[in-house]
Amino acid sequence: MNASSSPPTVARSVSFAIVGTGGAGAVTAGSLLLEAAGKAGWYGVMNRSVGPQIRGGEAAALVRLSPRPVSCMSKRFDILVAIDWKNADRFIHAMPVAGGGLVICDPAAGEPPRELREADCAIVEVPLGELAKSIEGGRENMIAAGLVAELLGLPDDELGEVVARRLGRKGASAVETGLACIAAGRAAAQGFGRSLPLEPAAPSGARRWLITGNEAIGLGALRGGLQFAAAYPITPATDVLEYLAPALAKIGGALVQAEDELASINMIIGASFGGRPSLTATSGPGLSLMMESLGLAAASETPIVVIDVMRAGPSTGIATKSEQSDLNIAVYGFHGDAPHVVLAPLGVADCLFTGQWAMHVAETLQTPVIVLSDQSIGQSRVLIDRPADVAFLTRRKAYEPAVQSEYRRYAVTADGVSPMALPGQPGGQYTADGLTHTERGAPSSSRHDQKAQMDKRLHKIESFDYGDHWGIDEGQGDMVILTWGSLTGAAREAQEALAGEGIGVRLVSLRQILPFPHARLAEALEGARRVLFVEQSHSGQFQRHVRAHMELPFEIRSLNREGPDLIGPDEIASEIRDWNSK
Amino acid sequence: MNIPNRKASDFKSDIDPIWCPGCGDYHVLLSLTKALAQLGRAPEDVAVVSGIGCSSRIPAYTSCYGFHGVHGRALAVAAGLKVARPDLTVLAMSGDGDGFSIGGNHFLHACRRNVDMTYIVMDNRVYGMTKGQPSPTTEPDWDSALSPGGTGLSPFHPLVIALASGANFVAREFSGNIKACTATIVEAIRHPGFSFVEILSPCVTFRPDEREWKTQVHKAVVEATDDPARAARRIMTDDGFNTGILYRGRREPYFASVAERLDDVAPLERAFEI
Repeated sequence: MNASSSPPTVARSVSFAIVGTGGAGAVTAGSLLLEAAGKAGWYGVMNRSVGPQIRGGEAAALVRLSPRPVSCMSKRFDILVAIDWKNADRFIHAMPVAGGGLVICDPAAGEPPRELREADCAIVEVPLGELAKSIEGGRENMIAAGLVAELLGLPDDELGEVVARRLGRKGASAVETGLACIAAGRAAAQGFGRSLPLEPAAPSGARRWLITGNEAIGLGALRGGLQFAAAYPITPATDVLEYLAPALAKIGGALVQAEDELASINMIIGASFGGRPSLTATSGPGLSLMMESLGLAAASETPIVVIDVMRAGPSTGIATKSEQSDLNIAVYGFHGDAPHVVLAPLGVADCLFTGQWAMHVAETLQTPVIVLSDQSIGQSRVLIDRPADVAFLTRRKAYEPAVQSEYRRYAVTADGVSPMALPGQPGGQYTADGLTHTERGAPSSSRHDQKAQMDKRLHKIESFDYGDHWGIDEGQGDMVILTWGSLTGAAREAQEALAGEGIGVRLVSLRQILPFPHARLAEALEGARRVLFVEQSHSGQFQRHVRAHMELPFEIRSLNREGPDLIGPDEIASEIRDWNSK
Repeated sequence: MNIPNRKASDFKSDIDPIWCPGCGDYHVLLSLTKALAQLGRAPEDVAVVSGIGCSSRIPAYTSCYGFHGVHGRALAVAAGLKVARPDLTVLAMSGDGDGFSIGGNHFLHACRRNVDMTYIVMDNRVYGMTKGQPSPTTEPDWDSALSPGGTGLSPFHPLVIALASGANFVAREFSGNIKACTATIVEAIRHPGFSFVEILSPCVTFRPDEREWKTQVHKAVVEATDDPARAARRIMTDDGFNTGILYRGRREPYFASVAERLDDVAPLERAFEI
């Protein structure tokens, strides 16, 4: 025991990591603690860090808890528990321990990595393996859970309840063993003479949810009327599809596993042509394959939603790590002029709303909608308050036989949206086509039809009222943090920290990427003097996109870089501080 | 059931085909409309899905619901449509380039998946719309500007591949034999699961030699079998001009389908409550 004794200080946010070889149960321990914290009233977020190996590589549960909603990880960890140090060289650089932090490891696992030995942190040795062996069927990961629970002051009742439910399926003795391990972990931690208790959480009226971004976007789409999905597995989007497969089956819908992304996108086009709201989920490489057919959906005016859970590119890139670098392909990747919609959830909880909104917009405008989520929110599990119900009146403009004598599927209408007949409706027969067509849908190569149909398709997208959902505009000041999608949470934490220091900064973040909400953004930027772009893209795709649509008569700075090193609140705050001092 | 009296002309649209005079696809269109009339379903209950190429223009020439998609993906669109709308009669229609080259992978998996639909490929052993390039079914020594002296490649054998991949109904017809084509299309649509019909449909413009097909085709002298091994031997050893229904399988069609209205989502939300 070489930890120094220090009086417990109450923290507003605590981060811990539990690491071990894949299969050691680090992730299980992390998720038990997260759920127990949620039951006790805290908020939190958990990321898994897994290596490229399918099994047997490193695995880590990275958890941050707070009495207030949090949506991004800390850059530094207050507690790091190592079940073993195997493969530590591969990941330890990504999990720096905060100054004064605590490293807990088993002396039998060997010496901690040099980075930690040389860092300003306390290293405490606990014989995790021996403690586990002393309990029949005991496991180190549950000892680790007990250690962390004790250090943070997580109440026993809630943790016990979670363990009973999670391990109950394996029988009463599994629960008993789990609880005994936790007790042993707690007892060991009591000997440290220090703790990192969390600020007590305010009791919440509503039941809290524990959900990942990938699940939330799937559920949002279901709320938005999803009936059919087609799927081709790809990291990190597979979880969306694996969530939807049983969920759709339960309520009467269906998910079909396709042979490739070319098939999955065309299956949803077929299903939607048949009148059933449809989506697929993919990541960059899959989106690249889908581009031709996305153009078909635009030209044939077939509503579909494609969720792109972005990962680090180009090409195969880093499949398990996040980036915001598919903005260009989503916005500009179509051949020809193909108006469409691109949306981005503003965090894990917002995946629910944006998934639902995407279905609404696609169905209403009969257009493809691409949703740019990313690995950082897709695979984060968060504790949130139950999101509000959002009711959109979603309905495709329907063909009514009595109204039209000769049905024109692609009739030019005031709002650009044409009544859409569905197979089975007598008198509504037409051929949906990617060829330039007449209002009836007959193939045409006339310049008149080309112009009329292009005007109509652009008009329906641009004249639609997207309401207040374009993005957010929070705070006061002539400095603005301008970001989009998943970095909103980090930017908001920076803004709040700066406000606490008396530095007023506005946060503007876009949920609506295309059509570009220039009027709303111009309004949000009124009176700004300095604008800091924040984005997870090597080339600054977002800034280029904004510049393509509007003048920026401000002082501009950019905090942008490729993945996988996520831009965090501290970095954003220090960039603003630095600028503010000049 | 009272089957309404329908005529082939009920299934034709007023759009004139772009096909060359003498193209076999005119006959396929005629056989298709005759078959649909015989089946007796209303035009609005039938969907014809296609990709890109001369033959893929066919949906707009029918009075059914049609989907003219991108090159090679007709089977995927059709599968999505049929799962979403099991009440419809769904046909996918392609050519040899669309179906076997750019769409080859979907062909394998559509056979495996066995969705209850019918796939008709109008095989003329050439890319006609792009003016005469060799397709997967073209003979290896067929000379063209793109592959002078021939491709030297072994031709793709659609029926063997369909059978090996799990298609539940395999047939070959010649477009000029309208009566036989009509009867086979009717049987293909009625047969549960994925039915595949290759129709030899001459391209008189770029393959004038195919005018001879009408003298080369001959009806299979044996009845269809439900034994894939027998069907395989028969198809592997025929001369490519053997016509008729060659295999009728007994596999169960693909199971998934979408209800018209889904149940309430709210119970799903409870899974996330802690």
